[in-house]
Amino acid sequence: MKESGLSVEMRVNVPTPSAAPAPEPRQSREVGVAVRELDLFYGSHQALKHITLDVSARSVTAIIGPSGCGKSTLLRTFNRMNDLIAGVRTQGQVVIGGRNVLERDTDVVELRRRVGMVFQRPNPFPKTIFANVAFGLRLLGLRNRVDVEFRVEQALRKAALWDEVKDRLDRSALQLSGGQQQRLCIARCLAVEPEVMLMDEPASALDPSATARIEELVLELKRTYTIVVVTHNMQQAARISDRTAFMLSGELIEADETAHIFTSPKQKLTEDYITGRFG
Amino acid sequence: MSPARPEIPAPLAMHGPSLRRRVSNTAMTVLCYTAAVLVILPLALILWHVVRLGLPAFTPAFFLNLPKPTGESGGGMANAIVGTGLLVAMGTLMAVPIGVGAGVFLAEHGNGRFGTMVRTTADVLAGVPSIVIGVAAYGLVVVPMGRFSGLAGGVALALIMLPTIVRSTEEVVRLVPRSYREAALALGAPRWRVIQEVVLPAAAPAVLTAVLLALARAAGETAPLLFTALGSRFWSVAIDRPMASLPVYIYDYARAPYDDWNRQAWTAALVLLLLVTVVSALVRLTTRRIPRP
Repeated sequence: MKESGLSVEMRVNVPTPSAAPAPEPRQSREVGVAVRELDLFYGSHQALKHITLDVSARSVTAIIGPSGCGKSTLLRTFNRMNDLIAGVRTQGQVVIGGRNVLERDTDVVELRRRVGMVFQRPNPFPKTIFANVAFGLRLLGLRNRVDVEFRVEQALRKAALWDEVKDRLDRSALQLSGGQQQRLCIARCLAVEPEVMLMDEPASALDPSATARIEELVLELKRTYTIVVVTHNMQQAARISDRTAFMLSGELIEADETAHIFTSPKQKLTEDYITGRFG
Repeated sequence: MSPARPEIPAPLAMHGPSLRRRVSNTAMTVLCYTAAVLVILPLALILWHVVRLGLPAFTPAFFLNLPKPTGESGGGMANAIVGTGLLVAMGTLMAVPIGVGAGVFLAEHGNGRFGTMVRTTADVLAGVPSIVIGVAAYGLVVVPMGRFSGLAGGVALALIMLPTIVRSTEEVVRLVPRSYREAALALGAPRWRVIQEVVLPAAAPAVLTAVLLALARAAGETAPLLFTALGSRFWSVAIDRPMASLPVYIYDYARAPYDDWNRQAWTAALVLLLLVTVVSALVRLTTRRIPRP
């Protein structure tokens, strides 16, 4: 991440969200994500164009759009996973917890702990089920065994996986089914107690019943977490999200309450997409 | 075929493969099998020969005694067995940390000019004749120390092992799926923790195989030891003194005009072969028993 152009937002390095003097009152306690005038370039190709979007706290925001529209790229700016790709430049702001996280001096390690991510394909480590969930806790420096065990159990319970795996925590995570692996990845993410959870097509590699369980889980988790889901499945967006953003060719066409998007979209393009005229 | 099914219409007459195709098929299959047998043949012949000629002197005395003075028959190579173990252990201890470290560097950060330099250097080093490696170790260790030593032999063997370990480590670390790294990074792991706790454990079995291959090759090297560890006819466990080793004994005894020494050379070869096999098997067994973290 080279230069983040505009920096209207405060530049102070804040250790915790609660200690930060709030630049936007809306965001002081309830962590949402505010995207302002975001441009992203892969070399000379512009993949995101002037995106401005508000993600409210403790709700589910779905980002829909055809393949290659930039929805995953947008999601990956929230925890700076695009840093891993050479030649990516950004301009504009992504404000989380009162801070523009695109700024160069952002502690990305801290950012990624607070903004967790679940990937398209379940990607548990080739370790035991327990070690997968405990991984993030050990990163935080937690050494007390009782404490770690307690938190692992809590995370697995929150991810609705505890009852299925409590008797085989020392088995390899790779022995679980795809749906279980994805819930394990969610538990792994929950264990470090993030504020925001990013889900990049979390159910697209799963069968219908496993998908239904993930969707139930998302609805359960939104009471505590701010969730952003990228999906190419419009029914899924309609089922689980409170707000929906529609993207096309790197631009945000429309973002509104999900019910509005699916019943009375303001833009012709949105209507064409959700009625299946293209994409 | 159930009789109730409607008959399949056959608009085209089908016949079996043509004679020409059948003949060339058989010929190619035979050629492949021949090539496969030719690969096994040398190893089988070597094993057969070494076992047949090595067994007569394969006695407890060979393992327990020191070599007898020239002209006397009997004696063993206890000092050379222990010496080879020490030399290989020293080489491994030096080569593994440096080699694995450099391999991880190449895989993770090796796309710049320095990475290319390191990679080319490792490849060239792999192609350097082992006698030249011996000369290098002579200049690096023997000359400054003022005498031949086991340590110099260990350095020479480390140089032999290094390129294999570096390049194999690089390759297997690159093969660790990107999704593992992403998962760890997304949890807020700094890069070094990702490498230490996710990438290296995932690559470990393959790295171990590479180390064992390098070790097996180093254990049989004679040339680099000739003017580093030199050899010794006495008990030699001090690493700053000349040290006996099996390959050098094989070299000396095989050229000697005594039947007894020639016999012992074959036995030494057999013991060397067994040592490498046993070490590989032991390492694999013990690492398999450790539960995956």
